[in-house]
Amino acid sequence: MSTAGEVPAFFKSIGSDSPARPRQKFCGMFCPVEGSADSKTLDFDALQAGKERSDGRVIDRQTDISQPRKVEIRESTGKEYLQNLDDKKSDRLLIKGGKIVNDDQSFCADIYMEDGVIKQIGENLIVPGGVKTIDAHGRMLMPGGIDVHTRFQMPDRGMVSADDFYQGTKAALAGGTTMIIDHVLPEPGVSLLSAFEQWREWADSKSCCDYSLHVDITEWHKGIQEDMETLVKDHGVNSFLVYLAYKDVFQLSDSQVYEVFSVIRDLGAIAQVHAENGDIVAEEQQKILEQGITGPEGHVLSRPEEVEAEAVNRSVTVANQTNCPLYVTKVMSKSAADVIAQARKKGTVVYGEPITASLGTDGSHYWSKNWAKAAAYVTSPPLSPDPTTPDYLNSLLSCGDLQVTGSAHCPFNTAQRAVGKDDFSLIPEGVNGTEERMSIIWDKCVVTGKMDENQFVSVTSTNAAKIFNMYPRKGRIAVGSDADLVLWDPDVTKIISAKSHNSTVEYNIFEGTEVRGGPLVVISQGKIVLEEGNLHTIEGSGRFVARKPFPDYVYKRIKARSRLAELRGVPRGLYDGPVCEVSVTPKTMTPASSAKNSPAKQPNQPVRNLHQSGFSLSGAQMDDNIPRRNTQRTLAPPGGRANITSLG
Amino acid sequence: MAERRGNWDKAEDDLPVYLARPGTADQVPRQKYGGLFCNVEGAFESKTIDFDALSVGQRGSRTPRTARRETGQEARSPDSDRKISPVEESPAASKQGGKHSPRVEFSTSGSKEVLQNLGDEKSERLLVKGGRIVNDDQSFHADIYMEDGVIKQIGDNLIVPGGVKTVEANGKMVIPGGIDIHTHFQMPYRGTTTVDDFAQGSKAALAGGTTMIVDHVIPDPGCSLMEAYDQWRQWADEKSCCDYSLHVDITHWNDSVKQEVESLIKEKGVNSFQVYMAYKDYYQMSNSELYDIFSFLAERGGIAEVHAENGEIIAEEQARMLQMGITGPEGHVLSRPEELEAEAVFRAITIASQTNCPLYVTRVMSKSAADIISQARKRGNVVFGEPITASLGTDGTHYWSKNWAKAASFVTSPPLSPDPTTPDYLNTMLSSGDLSVTGSAHCTFSVAQKAIGKDDFTQIPEGVNGVEERMSLIWDKAVTTGKMDENMFVAVTSTNAAKILNLYPRKGRIAVGSDADLVIWDTDSIRTITAKTHNSAAEYNIFEGMELRGAPQAVICQGKIVVEDGTLHVVSGVGRFIPCSAFPDFAYKRIKARKQLAVLRAVPRGMYDGPVSEFSMSRGGTPSASARTSPTKQPSRNLHHSGFSLAGPTIPDDIPIRPAGRRIVVPPGGRSNITSLS
Repeated sequence: MSTAGEVPAFFKSIGSDSPARPRQKFCGMFCPVEGSADSKTLDFDALQAGKERSDGRVIDRQTDISQPRKVEIRESTGKEYLQNLDDKKSDRLLIKGGKIVNDDQSFCADIYMEDGVIKQIGENLIVPGGVKTIDAHGRMLMPGGIDVHTRFQMPDRGMVSADDFYQGTKAALAGGTTMIIDHVLPEPGVSLLSAFEQWREWADSKSCCDYSLHVDITEWHKGIQEDMETLVKDHGVNSFLVYLAYKDVFQLSDSQVYEVFSVIRDLGAIAQVHAENGDIVAEEQQKILEQGITGPEGHVLSRPEEVEAEAVNRSVTVANQTNCPLYVTKVMSKSAADVIAQARKKGTVVYGEPITASLGTDGSHYWSKNWAKAAAYVTSPPLSPDPTTPDYLNSLLSCGDLQVTGSAHCPFNTAQRAVGKDDFSLIPEGVNGTEERMSIIWDKCVVTGKMDENQFVSVTSTNAAKIFNMYPRKGRIAVGSDADLVLWDPDVTKIISAKSHNSTVEYNIFEGTEVRGGPLVVISQGKIVLEEGNLHTIEGSGRFVARKPFPDYVYKRIKARSRLAELRGVPRGLYDGPVCEVSVTPKTMTPASSAKNSPAKQPNQPVRNLHQSGFSLSGAQMDDNIPRRNTQRTLAPPGGRANITSLG
Repeated sequence: MAERRGNWDKAEDDLPVYLARPGTADQVPRQKYGGLFCNVEGAFESKTIDFDALSVGQRGSRTPRTARRETGQEARSPDSDRKISPVEESPAASKQGGKHSPRVEFSTSGSKEVLQNLGDEKSERLLVKGGRIVNDDQSFHADIYMEDGVIKQIGDNLIVPGGVKTVEANGKMVIPGGIDIHTHFQMPYRGTTTVDDFAQGSKAALAGGTTMIVDHVIPDPGCSLMEAYDQWRQWADEKSCCDYSLHVDITHWNDSVKQEVESLIKEKGVNSFQVYMAYKDYYQMSNSELYDIFSFLAERGGIAEVHAENGEIIAEEQARMLQMGITGPEGHVLSRPEELEAEAVFRAITIASQTNCPLYVTRVMSKSAADIISQARKRGNVVFGEPITASLGTDGTHYWSKNWAKAASFVTSPPLSPDPTTPDYLNTMLSSGDLSVTGSAHCTFSVAQKAIGKDDFTQIPEGVNGVEERMSLIWDKAVTTGKMDENMFVAVTSTNAAKILNLYPRKGRIAVGSDADLVIWDTDSIRTITAKTHNSAAEYNIFEGMELRGAPQAVICQGKIVVEDGTLHVVSGVGRFIPCSAFPDFAYKRIKARKQLAVLRAVPRGMYDGPVSEFSMSRGGTPSASARTSPTKQPSRNLHHSGFSLAGPTIPDDIPIRPAGRRIVVPPGGRSNITSLS
């Protein structure tokens, strides 16, 4: 490569130093993701002037912001309050001199937003007077984080998790997360719709940032299927969680999971799964309680990571069979992450969500002598006692084997945890993490060089928006996107502590962890909600973000596969050889195979019993009208054996 | 072994000291222990060959023998050194020898005896001369003398009584008779029975070089295991032509089954029990039941065998196929994709690992299932995989045959994989030791019986042939292709099975004191498999037209010649039941070591005396209780409604460990120290 003559011709024109040569924008070696520049106002040619690559990697620029600089917020003309409440003009905001970091590229430009929407991106923007201006001084400006998994205000046996929607979203905003997706957890027996309405009511009245809702399927019958349809079609829900754990409470059987996944695929939604083998967990819990282990260490001992990996493997199998996209919540262990990575390599459409806790700490604290501290770490699947787990998960997140991050923020205070003081299986489950999520990932992945800032944006925001069909409204800084932005300071260091955090609980599982990188300014819905450590949140300002089914990011592949997956029978002549007569089996087996009535099946086509169907023991069968099942004896024809049975 | 060493002659001087002169062609003594190719520890136990005498000046001291074994003084004849002279040391040589075709000669030395020597006291004596004995650890040349169905002497120039029938092996391999660890002879199926009964089936086994079979007892769900066991014993005792043993399938699970399992292990000589993860609503066990069964077997020293397929998803897929109008045998394989097999294997391994129970996966039919087993072994799980003749020899493309009867004859579960590279892959895994044993899962039905499912593939009785073809097929696919050597061949066809069943070294080894079950193996014979000539009663052979190299030339079972040059001399009913004892070392040494390590301890903490929230019991944690009654558990609870008012207030009553929420008021002295920030 020393002389240009050795380089193949098609390389010569790309990215050479000569400014005179026009740069290739598309189909080159470094071309951006297709369509990624669609909604941008940037004039790339003008900006780059031949010195930067078209992929916009400007990491080297970070060096010149090594000295901490204050962010200046100027108000250009008229006097306005910081948050500009009730002032029509005040919804206008200009950020100057920031480095915009999207998941595909970084570039320097100003951003002008109005009414909570980004209106212009570029240099020398023409903006109206009276605009508040933030000078970013070259710092990174990213799409606000999306926490895909929270459980604020979650009811559990008459208690409610310590952070409600106000407290929780406040903590989220303080950490640079501008949107959360909470889980609606209907108690079995309660309709999905009424639970959904309940959660909407709670969140609408309290949430300080935009939110959306996943709905958990905690039982399975016809009504649930109808509710799911309504939720997808009319209520903007496109993701449902099933539980493979919590035996006798939320757990669904494999057949039910199969049916739920089939329904989800037909609706164009995402199947989420809490992956742990609840049967084994129940057995292990009992065994460990019998051994006299009642403290929080019993929680992790009774839920070994193998059990998590097994359930992940099983749900991947069911998802493959049903051609349904799968999303594994709370990836807590190396082996579970490995199973997901392997499945992706085999082509399965599966996404893995490690959470702040699994990325930031490990399960050795379950053995803490301090009961309250140990109990604060209780979540399911548990944190792995293997101290190398966080590093491993961070690596998989960096290489793309895991795609999104949540926090599974569901803290309980010590008095609530103490419900299980004599029995670990009663300890309410959930850890904090919504506030720490962005900083922990920055510290563990970007600072260590595992990922760059663009990848950081994908795993904290963009991928979530794509999977749940909110892209490019969320998860991207582009004209027309929501004005949810974070001005990120990579140099700030902070020690996480329960004393200073925004959650209401007494313990923080990351207590004492020093993290590098944090939000300097957070803008949600076009308003500044955090600047220099001061939060300006308004209870109830969060809007519900409705999500449409069939997200492209997920369903393009699923659709292509379902076209391919047509199966055909082999055309054969009728068998007319001898048929052995079968006696009626003496035992009475239940002909309806699924224990619960399965809504996915047509009423006249019950699940066929493997061994019994077609026999008379239960009298007239529902499928008697299908002639092909009757066992008839056909005598061998006089001319000898029929040709279809001949050898060959 | 001898072959390998032969190559080193010329490079001898270049080799390190410890490798120098192993097995050279001249009379240099061979190194027996501690070398690069040293044998498995204890592999020389129960052999009469006196290595001290053989290896002059070497450090190979005699290993202690098991007390009950006869040491066979006669074997140590003074000039037994001669036996290490290289008779045939390379495959090329042996092949050449094959071309000259030294026939196996049978001769009776003194008095005239009938071939099988029935009822003749003297005639139970048999001498096999000039064979190359192949065990799983080594091959060597020696003569074998057997009497009363037991090997009495091994060595050169044996001193044998007069009137002994002699078989001249002419340098051919003498291997331990095969053990087919998985058969279903005479299996009842909805009022009909598989076409091969114990007589027919064991005859086919002997014809193929298998001298012992292990059949599965399948009690109908709800029926007594013990009764089923007795029934199978009766059928087999009446008819079997070779020794046999039994696995018992656990098709339902409750306290009485548990007791029966215990007495089967203790009194009836059964140490392996199969559970089904498929056949929903029939044989299928839930995860909790599997956990219970595995825990129980681990305690009692049994081997947990598993039929691994996810029955729930299969049921769903079957319904889908039938709805789509696919009713032919191709629906069978379409509704049972190999992923479901791999998933179930994974789950079974997880449960076995949790319960610290040795696991045996029957019928490994697909690459992905084999991969899972191989990965689990690499992680240290005690798991054995059993590919069967069918999965090693053919693939599932035949399900799409236009000939319904042919397609139906391939129906078995898990199905043969439609991926044509599967047999090669499984043979490789078998050769590398990732899969341990081979069975046949021989379970044949006639076309008329298969036709029960002519309009619905779910009704087709499942099972393929393979007991007769097993040995030849593995030889052809694995040994002639160079994937494994003859010692590994012996290991996977016989020795490993004997070890798992705890019958080693009585079976699976040629050694003094072992049963006289031998096969003189002809590596050069080529035959074409066809239903016209096979010994099974079925009309189809799934290996039809396959040309296989390697076949038994003579088979000796219980010290009697039952096959010679293709002629069968079998007697129905001579087969003995061989009881297997619990805690086979092969599996349980590791299990026991792990059990000692796995003690869990609680963290000692003070009493929590801080405030406790009030809570309702409506959403109980997850204590116990499986859907179907499990013997160790309280009566079952409804999966979905337990704990809620519609099911009544049943839950907290019987679970004392969960008291209703009690409020403990904050003590006046403030918070207790155990809750303070540490």
